[in-house]
Amino acid sequence: MTREETPNALRAREIAAAHAGMDGPLLPVLHAVQHALGHIPRETLAPMAEELDLSLAEIHGVISFYPDFRTEPGGRRMLKLCRAEACQAMGAEALGDELRARLGVDWHGTTADGAVTLEPVYCLGLCACGPAALVDETPVARATPERLERLAREVTG
Amino acid sequence: MSLTLYLPKDSAALALGADEVAAALTREASARGVALRLIRTGSRGMVWLEPLLEIERDGVRHGFGPLEVSDVTNLFENRFRHHPKALGPVEAIPFLARQTRLTFARCGVIDPLDLDAYRAHGGLRGLERARDMAPAEIVAEVTASGLRGRGGAGFPTGIKWKTVLEAEGPQKHIVCNADEGDSGTFADRMLMEGDPFCLIEGMAIAGLAVGASRGHVYCRSEYPHAIRTFGAALDVSRGAGLLGRGFDIELRVGAGSYVCGEETALLNSMEGKRGTVRAKPPLPAHKGFMGRPTVVNNVISLASVPVILAEGAEVYKSFGLGRSLGTVPLQIAGNVKHGGLFEAAFGMTIRELIEDVCGGTASGRPVKAVQIGGPLGAYFPVSLFDTPLGYEECDAAGGLIGHAGIVVFDDSADMGRMARFAMEFCAVESCGTCTPCRIGAVRGMETIDRILAGDPAAPAILADLCETMRDGSLCALGGFTPYPVESALRHFPEDFMARQEAAE
Ligand SMILES: Cc1cc2nc3c(=O)[nH]c(=O)nc-3n(C[C@H](O)[C@H](O)[C@H](O)COP(=O)(O)O)c2cc1C
Ligand code: SF4
Ligand code: FES
Repeated sequence: MTREETPNALRAREIAAAHAGMDGPLLPVLHAVQHALGHIPRETLAPMAEELDLSLAEIHGVISFYPDFRTEPGGRRMLKLCRAEACQAMGAEALGDELRARLGVDWHGTTADGAVTLEPVYCLGLCACGPAALVDETPVARATPERLERLAREVTG
Repeated sequence: MSLTLYLPKDSAALALGADEVAAALTREASARGVALRLIRTGSRGMVWLEPLLEIERDGVRHGFGPLEVSDVTNLFENRFRHHPKALGPVEAIPFLARQTRLTFARCGVIDPLDLDAYRAHGGLRGLERARDMAPAEIVAEVTASGLRGRGGAGFPTGIKWKTVLEAEGPQKHIVCNADEGDSGTFADRMLMEGDPFCLIEGMAIAGLAVGASRGHVYCRSEYPHAIRTFGAALDVSRGAGLLGRGFDIELRVGAGSYVCGEETALLNSMEGKRGTVRAKPPLPAHKGFMGRPTVVNNVISLASVPVILAEGAEVYKSFGLGRSLGTVPLQIAGNVKHGGLFEAAFGMTIRELIEDVCGGTASGRPVKAVQIGGPLGAYFPVSLFDTPLGYEECDAAGGLIGHAGIVVFDDSADMGRMARFAMEFCAVESCGTCTPCRIGAVRGMETIDRILAGDPAAPAILADLCETMRDGSLCALGGFTPYPVESALRHFPEDFMARQEAAE
């Protein structure tokens, strides 16, 4: 393909081409594109579809099925708060309410300053020390709203 | 002076501050001119004691925990002897002493990426034995052990392997289900972070048993540390020739969907599709990954195979109760005083586990209920706590053991809300294939709201809806959501009273 492409589209094309020999490459490709670009911009769908020999509709269908994939940019940090039963037994619901109020966002929302995106998750495997959260890749046990807000707003390096 | 210390890097330990303690230990050691060898291990599974530091003295590991950074100076001052956080010999702590650690024997003991330590602690003996056996002999040994799937359905592992061994096909696959989506469960995570070679060895044995040269681990994305440790263990294994010759494993990462833990949805997801459930037949054993014969097993099922091969089926099946043979890593979570992972022979009662072993609730209030087997599992009231933890036994009590997660609730829990949450979870996670699940779960939430608002017609509608979901769902997400809903309603009717009345 030699036509003009945006840098994002080119990058996605490279990533897709590098995975094209796999059995079932689409999820690894989507993860890699999101890792490289922070989200999956719409302009990357066509080059991925071409390299992987899939239709745009298929790729779109897959992206929309999985909660992890986002087609719009998120905040600088990703705060995943567990809402599942073991954490509820330790007060996760009230924690979720207070955290949303503090950050001024609802579930899936990004704070106005672009610092944090808040995502609900259902279990992080930290169920014996809940309520649990994951700030980017940092696990947090016995989480409090103060601590989570501080971690989430810490300036990224 | 040189000093060797052991400190977990399991995610739960990290979440409780293990890295901060590690940094403080390193700082203090260098300030004192001590050459510190800090070995980062998996977790012993005593989560309330994390971060749990260990030191070996005369061949016995002594523990200190739960440690804080402020404890570190004092530890050095007291030369790691007397200390307010001293726990004595770790293996004498009752929570650990009462266990039978077969699958988790090395977890928390060794550096998870040290293959020599793995071998020195009994690793690879199972695989070495399997290499001298015919495939059918390996399958027979696993069948004789009585091992049943630890992922939830409890299907005999040996019988599944036999089907794949006998299936025709030039390429077969071993798929490890590491999607561990059930609330209250973390055994898969702990094993992948604490003893990844054990899973690799189990998968290699499965490969020999059925004639598969390719293995795949599908791990949920919510487990970044397990992904990193397991990925590193794959590299070490290839470097050492354990993988790469005749059998190799690739690591795939999920994308936040619970239903992808269902084996056919998982296969679709691995193939790059939406994670919708496939109708069976065909079985994955005949037409699995890319339409080829495939073993799909849970992490713990596969990680139990090395010890079965090493010690023999007879030893393994000498543990357990009835048709639940061997050991099960029980995971006790939620509002519990001493929570964590407790590997024991099947058959311990809920009461013994929750009251004696785990010391009741963290809040100190009375236990109200436990939910066993994840979000699709039933709530057990205290009156059912004499139920032994086994497949048939939990079933007879109106529930299921599932992946053996046990979530404890104190008397402040509102079972009406928990029932509503079960429906909400089903609605959020439904793959959308069946109407009773996709639409029924949303109707279920609304109907529970109506019950809580005092609508006298609503309970009958809910009962009807649960029946439709049970009968009309392709998989257990829609089919088993009635378990938590109806058990909550059956055992705690007072929590479904109209809210204003309850407040009076
Ligand atoms: C909605 C749903 C979610 C499931 N999630 C998991 C899971 O996270 N891990 C797992 O091992 N099995 C899970 N299962 C069970 C699998 O379908 C399958 O029975 C299991 O992986 C087989 O392995 P085993 O025989 O070793 O247990 C799930 C089933 C359903 C219906
Ligand atoms: S019961 Fe629900 S999750 Fe299972 S196949 Fe049907 S729609 Fe999908
Ligand atoms: S239920 Fe919250 S971490 Fe498992």
